[in-house]
Amino acid sequence: MKRPGAIFGLLNPVVLRITLRATLGRKRALVFMLIPLVLILLTVALRLTATSPAWPPEFLGDFGFSVVLPLTALIIGTSVLGAEIDDGSIIHLLATPVSRLSVVLSKFAAAAALTVVFGAIPEYLAAAIARGFTDKLSLGLLAGAMVASIGYNALFVLFSLLTTRAIAVGLLYLLVWEGLLGNFVGGVRVLSIGQYSVSVANSIARTSALNAHLTVQTALIMAALVTVVTLAVAARRLAAFTIKGDAV
Amino acid sequence: MNPEARSIELRNVSRWYGNVVAVNDVSMTVGAGITGLLGPNGAGKTTLLNLMAGFLPPSRGELTVGGRPSWRNPGVFSTLGLVPERDSVYAFLSGYDFVRSTARLHRLPDPDAAARRAIGILEMTEAQDRRIATYSKGMRQRIKVAAALVHDPQVLLLDEPFNGMDPRQRLQMMDLLEQMAAEGRTILFSSHILEEVERMSGTIQVIVGGRLAASGDFRAIRRLMTSRPHVFLVRSSADRVLGAALIGRPAVTGVELTARGLQVRTSDFGAFSRELAGLCRDGDIRLREVLPSDESLESVFSYLVAS
Repeated sequence: MKRPGAIFGLLNPVVLRITLRATLGRKRALVFMLIPLVLILLTVALRLTATSPAWPPEFLGDFGFSVVLPLTALIIGTSVLGAEIDDGSIIHLLATPVSRLSVVLSKFAAAAALTVVFGAIPEYLAAAIARGFTDKLSLGLLAGAMVASIGYNALFVLFSLLTTRAIAVGLLYLLVWEGLLGNFVGGVRVLSIGQYSVSVANSIARTSALNAHLTVQTALIMAALVTVVTLAVAARRLAAFTIKGDAV
Repeated sequence: MNPEARSIELRNVSRWYGNVVAVNDVSMTVGAGITGLLGPNGAGKTTLLNLMAGFLPPSRGELTVGGRPSWRNPGVFSTLGLVPERDSVYAFLSGYDFVRSTARLHRLPDPDAAARRAIGILEMTEAQDRRIATYSKGMRQRIKVAAALVHDPQVLLLDEPFNGMDPRQRLQMMDLLEQMAAEGRTILFSSHILEEVERMSGTIQVIVGGRLAASGDFRAIRRLMTSRPHVFLVRSSADRVLGAALIGRPAVTGVELTARGLQVRTSDFGAFSRELAGLCRDGDIRLREVLPSDESLESVFSYLVAS
């Protein structure tokens, strides 16, 4: 049996390094660097002005988990592979014997790590500004944000392999699937990365303001399942990566 | 080394997209040495190269590189190097970083030495520490070739490698390809400009409309090219007089008087141009315009195919 650490053997340090440099060097990096700044600034403003004591879970749950984390993951997750497919530079990576699973996992790991830095950690810092570093809310939001960073990026990396309009498809998923249907159709919540994240956050923070509807067990098992399945599909898709020729 | 390990085999390979046939029933064996894949734009050259590199599955037929199918088999890249046509590289890396990263992706035991060697072969050592973003097109082309060579592949595929190169760089690249071929490697490059490859030796495969239209060695194709009939449109101060004089010349095979001027057919371009000048001087005829009228690539290729 493989050691649990075997997954790290599938991460390719060269792919990781090039992906991090490329993603941080693109213009859209400004967007995912600005979003956490807005979150922190708004938190500070609320801390100074808010009168209701319930504002931290409401604001950080709503704005943090419905806007900051999914948008940060969307921008990063669709670009780690998508931007290289768009400009054709992916071919230099694929014209080597590196396994396609390793490419997908390394791209995903880079995206998840960047989303933790620019989404999950700012969310935790914002909660800490509101309630303190060791408060249950802060720790719960950090745990939930980690789940969001992993789940969303697996999905958005897959989207970038399925369509050239990954950002649009990702937005549709967030707005229509999670936002609209998730509120009205109970079954959708079982297939919603946003629900997995807030449910994990809620298991520690224990506040109804997060609108969590799943048990922590369901949330964790489903998040793991969705992540593994989407990454496996992404690797299969990359293995069948095609470039059209000049005749069409 | 086993010759199969460095050969590309295509048996009845076709590739279509919906109703469009990009590659039509092509069979060929590309072995050690230089092979040029020539044909006009849109003929299916890039599609063929993508099929060979495993970036497209054949719709029908069999294709192997070094005895192994390349589709869904990244392992072929341990013996295969690819220089894509698209000029997209990781422009934020230095040339050295790019080639060294490629060496590490190939898990070479000493990536630094491999990168230095490949960069040295392409004479890019001086520019290796600059970011690729600052390179000229010719330099980018060379750093791409260095990356494709870093693992010392037995088979090298190059898509339009001479694009964007100045004549000196082009000669240098041809010398390099010939040298690698002389070392026993299989070098396959594509080009849509026949003149570009005029001085090379080796085999050529001509692709027109997705089909393998002709194949042979460079010299035979070159002979065909120089002796092929040229058609010129000549306008002068006395078309009729000039036409009558031209038809008497051995280099001229036909003259037609048209509303736009004289349509002159010749089998010997050099002799024709000398005689035309002489006739005009002797007959005191003023030459207004001499235009080649069939120089489109398609006409050149279709002539080669017909021969």
